[in-house]
Amino acid sequence: MQQLDRLFILIGDWFHSLLAQWLPEPVVSAIGMLLSALIIMTIAAVTMLYMTYLERKVVARIQDRIGPNRVGPFGLLQPLADGIKMFTKEMIVPTQAHKVVYNIAPVLAVTPAMMAFAVIPFGRDMVASDLDIGLLYLIAVSSVTEIAIVMGGWASRNKYSLLGGMRAAAQMLSYEIPMVLVLLSLVLMVGSLRLSDFVDVQTVPFILLQPFAFIVFLISAAAEVARSPFDIPEAESELIAGYHTEYGGMRFALFQMAEFVAALGMACIMVTLFLGGWRSWIIPLPSWLWFVIKTFILINVWFWFRGTFPRLRIDQLQALAWKFLVPASLLHAIMTAVLVTFFPLVKDGQLVVQGAEWLTTTVVYFVANVVLLFVLMLLYRPYVRRTVRQLRVATPAAAARQQEVQAA
Amino acid sequence: MTLEQGIFILASLLMLGSALAMVTARSMFVAALWMIGTFAGVAVLFILLNAGFLGIVQILIYIGAIAVLILFAIMLTPDVMGLKPGPRYTGQWPLAAVMASTLAAVIVLLLVRAGNDWHIADAAPNVTDFAVQLGEAFMTTYLLPFEVASGVLLVALIGALVIVRDE
Amino acid sequence: MREYAVLGAFLLVGIVLPAAVVIGGWLLGPKRANPVKNSTYECGLETVGETWIQFKVQYYVYALIFVIFDIEVVYLYPWAVAYNRLGLFALVEALIFAGILVAGLFYAWRKGALAWF
Repeated sequence: MQQLDRLFILIGDWFHSLLAQWLPEPVVSAIGMLLSALIIMTIAAVTMLYMTYLERKVVARIQDRIGPNRVGPFGLLQPLADGIKMFTKEMIVPTQAHKVVYNIAPVLAVTPAMMAFAVIPFGRDMVASDLDIGLLYLIAVSSVTEIAIVMGGWASRNKYSLLGGMRAAAQMLSYEIPMVLVLLSLVLMVGSLRLSDFVDVQTVPFILLQPFAFIVFLISAAAEVARSPFDIPEAESELIAGYHTEYGGMRFALFQMAEFVAALGMACIMVTLFLGGWRSWIIPLPSWLWFVIKTFILINVWFWFRGTFPRLRIDQLQALAWKFLVPASLLHAIMTAVLVTFFPLVKDGQLVVQGAEWLTTTVVYFVANVVLLFVLMLLYRPYVRRTVRQLRVATPAAAARQQEVQAA
Repeated sequence: MTLEQGIFILASLLMLGSALAMVTARSMFVAALWMIGTFAGVAVLFILLNAGFLGIVQILIYIGAIAVLILFAIMLTPDVMGLKPGPRYTGQWPLAAVMASTLAAVIVLLLVRAGNDWHIADAAPNVTDFAVQLGEAFMTTYLLPFEVASGVLLVALIGALVIVRDE
Repeated sequence: MREYAVLGAFLLVGIVLPAAVVIGGWLLGPKRANPVKNSTYECGLETVGETWIQFKVQYYVYALIFVIFDIEVVYLYPWAVAYNRLGLFALVEALIFAGILVAGLFYAWRKGALAWF
């Protein structure tokens, strides 16, 4: 089991020593880095392909149908067929488009999504780059995607693409803040921005300690990568196809790839921050296998969202972000700061909570989260009531009823 | 030439090229995109100076927030598509040329004075945990700038909202 | 420094790989351009009017508030990392900091700057 756990590390070391016989050390390091980048990105791309397949199957089953099952056994070769189709399509470039920006935008959309995988610990000691500010790097990387989308929307010289691009960017902007604020409470608990430290501290996964933070992050991450129920930017019935209206063939495939890889990246981040990363739960399996299983579970939660919730309208989406999630996550961070003063998890870089103390700590944090949720519901009651009343008055049936009441 | 010097030269070329392209671009949107290139170069320079935190913050704030703000502002102007590119030279180019040459002369003089001392020094050579020390500094030595910063941000927010809502 | 070198490697591969994919697609696909295919798409009709729309200033307001809060977040992260080593005064100071900005958010809310329409 020990060997299996370190399987990839052993392969990497063997390869490293193999190259070191012929080439000087710095070159071997460089080749090692480039190769690890290449391998991680290829795995991400292939996973993304089968993620599309899995999504179609899962959403189909939720909607009481079967999904792709023609191409290969159980439709397993469907993504391959889609890939070949994308490759061989004609890449139409509109005459009016700004050639350079039009070509760069899809590439620039994929790059940040792929770069997020550089700091994620996939298994014990299996992280490509153990940055001491890993968490901040992840946030920075997701901010760059907005630029690529706006570029894509503008370069197409199409009214609808432009509007779609700006809407998508506005949506991603608005949900960036709650996403980042809610992570503040995790940083308060761990006292470090290094992602491997997060995994080390999580004897009890943070989803139990901070369920409110997990829910807010789940919602914000879904909106950040424009997945259901926040998929206005890419929905077929909205503004044609948004910012990738004028993109065909491989460029379009790259935009899709960017979105799915970003979703995969968010799932990996959530696993690392909230579900304990590569730590084993009860059954001892290799650490990277546990990581894969947990990511798989989270991705299925997102597919579940897609099959269940109706799409949010843009004004509902923005109101949710700015009026609820931002104050709520700030409040949550303050609450966690108070809790951490009295129930610290880490002191001077050392884990302070041992064994049975975890039970009290978990209960305290969990109860505090639930209390916070109730307090927020109470605080927002008048606002919700007012909005519901406004909506009710706006429908014709209600207006007729009101007229009756006024006439009587 | 070490690797760091090589990366420094590459980043500098990126920055200078982007800046040049930005000021000579015909369309405002493309100029803003070149500006992003300059920001990226600055981030690389921060990382080279062992201030990785500031480099990442540069990417997060400048490219992630400010560049997007500027792009949105450009899109609110009438020629949003850049179909009517602006003039290549304005009427004031002689004055601009004089000022640019003076500035260049001063910089070259300073570089010549510096002599052969070309190595890159660390901005924070003995700092292992930048973010922690920064946090401690914010709370103790630099508390007043910290709180004043929030005041400045509030003023900026309210001011900008007042200006924008008037339209 | 080594960690940033890995990031550089990821950046390089992250740009080269998608670029290679796009070039591969361009090589493999047919290239039969004709003016109808290449014209701008507008629900299958000819484009009406110039490609300029009166944009809602709301987009700009959201980006503005985002910038302010992004900078606030950047200030709060070092505080959060150093929180364990500092006393209760750190909490009070951060409360003042966040409070001032939340007041700004509420001002924006009341002025209707947060509403989409």
